[in-house]
Amino acid sequence: MKLIVDHLRYEYNKGTQLSVAALDDVNLVLKAGEFIGLIGHTGSGKSTLVQHLNALLTPDSGTVYFDGEDIFEKGYDKKSLRGKVGLVFQYPEHQLFEENVFKEVCFGPHNLGLDRRTVELRAYEALKQVGMEDEYFYQSPFDLSGGQKRRVAIASVLAMKPEILILDEPTAGLDPKGRTELLDRIKTLQKEAGITVLLVSHSMEDVAEYVDRIIVMDHGKVQYDDTPREVFSHYQELEQMGLSAPQVTYILSDLNEKGLVLDQTATTINEAKDTILKCFGMR
Amino acid sequence: MRMIDVSKLVFEYIRRDEDGNVEGITRAVDEVNLHCKGGEFIAILGHNGSGKSTLAKHLNAILHPTEGTVLVDGKDTMDENEIWNIRQSAGMVFQNPDNQIIGQVVEEDVGFGPENMGVPTKEIWERVEESLKAVGMYDYRKYSPNKLSGGQKQRVSIASVIAMHPKCIILDEPTAMLDPMGRKEVIRAVRALNDVEKITMILITHYMEEVVYADRVYVMDKGKIVMSGTPKEVFSRVEELKSMRLDVPQATLLAYELKKAGLPLLDGILTRKELVNELVRLKGQK
Repeated sequence: MKLIVDHLRYEYNKGTQLSVAALDDVNLVLKAGEFIGLIGHTGSGKSTLVQHLNALLTPDSGTVYFDGEDIFEKGYDKKSLRGKVGLVFQYPEHQLFEENVFKEVCFGPHNLGLDRRTVELRAYEALKQVGMEDEYFYQSPFDLSGGQKRRVAIASVLAMKPEILILDEPTAGLDPKGRTELLDRIKTLQKEAGITVLLVSHSMEDVAEYVDRIIVMDHGKVQYDDTPREVFSHYQELEQMGLSAPQVTYILSDLNEKGLVLDQTATTINEAKDTILKCFGMR
Repeated sequence: MRMIDVSKLVFEYIRRDEDGNVEGITRAVDEVNLHCKGGEFIAILGHNGSGKSTLAKHLNAILHPTEGTVLVDGKDTMDENEIWNIRQSAGMVFQNPDNQIIGQVVEEDVGFGPENMGVPTKEIWERVEESLKAVGMYDYRKYSPNKLSGGQKQRVSIASVIAMHPKCIILDEPTAMLDPMGRKEVIRAVRALNDVEKITMILITHYMEEVVYADRVYVMDKGKIVMSGTPKEVFSRVEELKSMRLDVPQATLLAYELKKAGLPLLDGILTRKELVNELVRLKGQK
């Protein structure tokens, strides 16, 4: 799997006085097996970008290549693309509709035209991947808790066997434990099933903890594309863009100012702990 | 006098199957006692389904107790004649900003509440102006709410509540759907209104960082209040909070981890500043 975003440009209200460039010359390469975070404040173009990756929106100029093929070329099979590029929208539980959990997850693969056995096998696998126990399979999805509903919604995308999974704020509205559980599951999927994951998030702490690479968008442009350490070291610039760094980054930068620690690039609690213990000569 | 006086509150609802037969009874709020004085800033924490929103809905008489009593500004929420007075003294702000704005223009939305209360036109405009100024949204008074960010919309929702001159505002996860900037804006507005206008604030949230400034924190689990105290007291019990599916501010967690590794830090560190000062002090001793 390889996804190349090439000079992508998209304007809303094109040709009117209200025209806004939601994407302005965006270039990216997403490789197989990566865990990538996409951050940016509301209106920075994250969702617009994501909707180009499975051809829900058509760019004004530029294009996207999936495994070397231009997905906006005439005759390109967009339906199969949408199976390979799985998009989980915000609050995906609002899209649940079937009478039981199992049927819900069968819906996607069924639409791909697979035979019943394969469909059910995939649904079973997908539900296991998100950690849903058998006892819930024949319950109405509407009787589940918020976190469970969301896992079912994610399973219904996984059942399409996507090569890349794009999640738009998957943890919004979940409590801390629910957030950790869900993100741990996603990390496992990326590691064990080798699925590329693109995580759109507002939580800098989550992004710092889980991803290997961060893409920062602002005003329709990619401002940073680097490791969490590198990106969060620009916390002042991030603040200008309406974002922030994880709290520990600020703590370390304060300590650095007071002359206590030298290395201020930690972005997670564990990294910060190591840095501080080192400066007390305890590591 | 007490602003909010909840004693032995129990709320049960009946679960029914598709044919309307009773399946069972769920106790969403279980013997809760909660008291707060005028001008206090109270925070309620709890995971999804812990009963905190159900409790909140009792505070302005959207729900009525199965057992126990809820007094708001001395008025019983079971007394039907007082419902409108209660809702005027205790305003509510909900999670989704898009569900609570009704006006076409920001100032119209804020004026809607006082207008319904029969406030004279001239005073309505005065109230709109002061409320929008209080949340820092006066410059946007002629805007359409559609053109605002999530944080701005939530601040308009708060202004609409303030325009009714409540003594108390209940905020039910007001920042859950906002980005970090929007979250900061809303919390700043809430703190300012509490500090300056002395409006009692009851903040329900998942974000631990938002409650470090509260006077008192209540933690709910399975419909009961399981912990209460100052933020310092509550957040020093890291392990217990974790076992209740909650987590603690990053500064507190880092302090906890450092302490476990052998650094003699003080208990109850809540903010970045406290941790930094404490580490600098320790380093000085070495």
